[in-house]
Amino acid sequence: MFVRFFSALGRPLIRFVQYLGEVVMLGADTFRSLFTHRLRWKLFLNQVVEIGLLSQLVVVITGGFTGAVFSAQTYFQFHKIGMGSAVGAVVSVALMRELGPVLTALMVTGRVGAAMSAEIGTMKVTEQIDALRALAVYPTDYLVVPRALAMMVSMPLLVAECIAVGIGVGYLVAIFLLEVNGTYYMANMVRWTRNRDIIMGLSKAFCFGILIVFISCHKGLTAREGAVGVGRATTEAVVNASLAVLISNFFLTMTLNIIYPAGYQ
Amino acid sequence: MSINHQQSTNNSAMIRVEGLVKNIGSQEILRGIDLDVEPGETLAIIGRSGGGKSVLLKHLIGLMRPDAGQIWIEGENITGMNERRLASIRQKVGILFQGSALFDSMTVAENIAFPLREAGERDPKVLRQRVSQILEVMELGGQEEKMPVNLSGGMKKRVGLARSIIRQPSCILYDEPTSGLDPVVSDSINRLIRRLQQRFGVTSIVVTHDMKNAFHVADRIAYLHEGRIYFHGTPDELRFSTDKLIQDFMHGRSEEQLTPQAFGGES
Repeated sequence: MFVRFFSALGRPLIRFVQYLGEVVMLGADTFRSLFTHRLRWKLFLNQVVEIGLLSQLVVVITGGFTGAVFSAQTYFQFHKIGMGSAVGAVVSVALMRELGPVLTALMVTGRVGAAMSAEIGTMKVTEQIDALRALAVYPTDYLVVPRALAMMVSMPLLVAECIAVGIGVGYLVAIFLLEVNGTYYMANMVRWTRNRDIIMGLSKAFCFGILIVFISCHKGLTAREGAVGVGRATTEAVVNASLAVLISNFFLTMTLNIIYPAGYQ
Repeated sequence: MSINHQQSTNNSAMIRVEGLVKNIGSQEILRGIDLDVEPGETLAIIGRSGGGKSVLLKHLIGLMRPDAGQIWIEGENITGMNERRLASIRQKVGILFQGSALFDSMTVAENIAFPLREAGERDPKVLRQRVSQILEVMELGGQEEKMPVNLSGGMKKRVGLARSIIRQPSCILYDEPTSGLDPVVSDSINRLIRRLQQRFGVTSIVVTHDMKNAFHVADRIAYLHEGRIYFHGTPDELRFSTDKLIQDFMHGRSEEQLTPQAFGGES
């Protein structure tokens, strides 16, 4: 009875730890290959286009509307206590430290992570990965390294873009729709926003990029059983990567806040 | 039971397999395979579908790892090798997959040039020339720019074959080269396998359940049954074998007696 209880409890736990181990091993393998083997520049640049360039519209819309709504909501509250001009500072710091990185990461997971696991998963179930190996090409070198590197380059840039657009649109909403004084708005924003807020946002972006790429590629590489398997791998990749982003965000916030503390000091 | 089990003791074998065991899940697929393939010969491995032929083939190029046993390729033991060290072995051994496994995002020419490009050949003129040369051999001239999705089954097999031989391996493994093809295309594939062996002297292992294919190409035939090599000999020895199991397989006779009720299910 007890044995059954503990084995029922233990099996998912072991599976979970094993899964984490596999993702970490894939990451380690990728970094090793990144530093010891030549990079396939063409594949890398293709991935930069796929991940970075083509994700821009999604990221700009996300950033823009988040900035707009956040600016408006903050104004509605702050206006009551006569602090309308502090909206700029709140919007910019919140976008840099939390909203920009997290929302961009979630959008990139949906757009890029899903595509990665579906593409690699399809290659897996149609024996194309075996064909790569049989042709003396190591799949990690060929498939994962270009994607991982492109993600590490693209994610901070996408997050920066998201934040910039968010701040810009927040400004427009506050000044033209809500009639906040533009000079005080800008002065407060610049005064309360520090370099360390920017660094924190971009560090998070880099970490989220790594999480998304390895979780998605791992799901693709372990896809099984035809079209259904690829579908399942894609769904799991998106869900797992999104959860990983949200969960790790908390720990990143707590850790990075020690290095880059929030507030005016 | 006529088990003809040849095992040479010299080390000149191109491929040597000793005591290969593989379980997938709880199923025993291979239960101790011993096999020697001499340089330049064509060995056909026959057996029923799902009998572990493809699994055996994938072990020979390191795509699967054995649970027990050893595999040597040209005297090198590949059993414990990691993926990177296997790469050098895989340059000597080409494989034609059952489903061809062409890269579906690349054209025919890009697929065929892929191994060369990965080996460091960058000159587009050389690549184009090598590709069109090999496409001529495969009777596929002028198909360079097609995408794999627009090719017929037989053409895919030939493109897959072109891709695996362009780096001139000393051994080629064929996984069901004629399955799903009409008799005329099958025959052209058989002739191609024969021609490759005669012209380049490559060692070939052909996994098949098509007896015509086996007899056409093989110097020796091994019959895989229930995870073991049940018979190993020349095509003539196989043809004139009096063993019931072999005769049943060659003539496509099912073991179970078919009753009218059985026609409702799988026969």
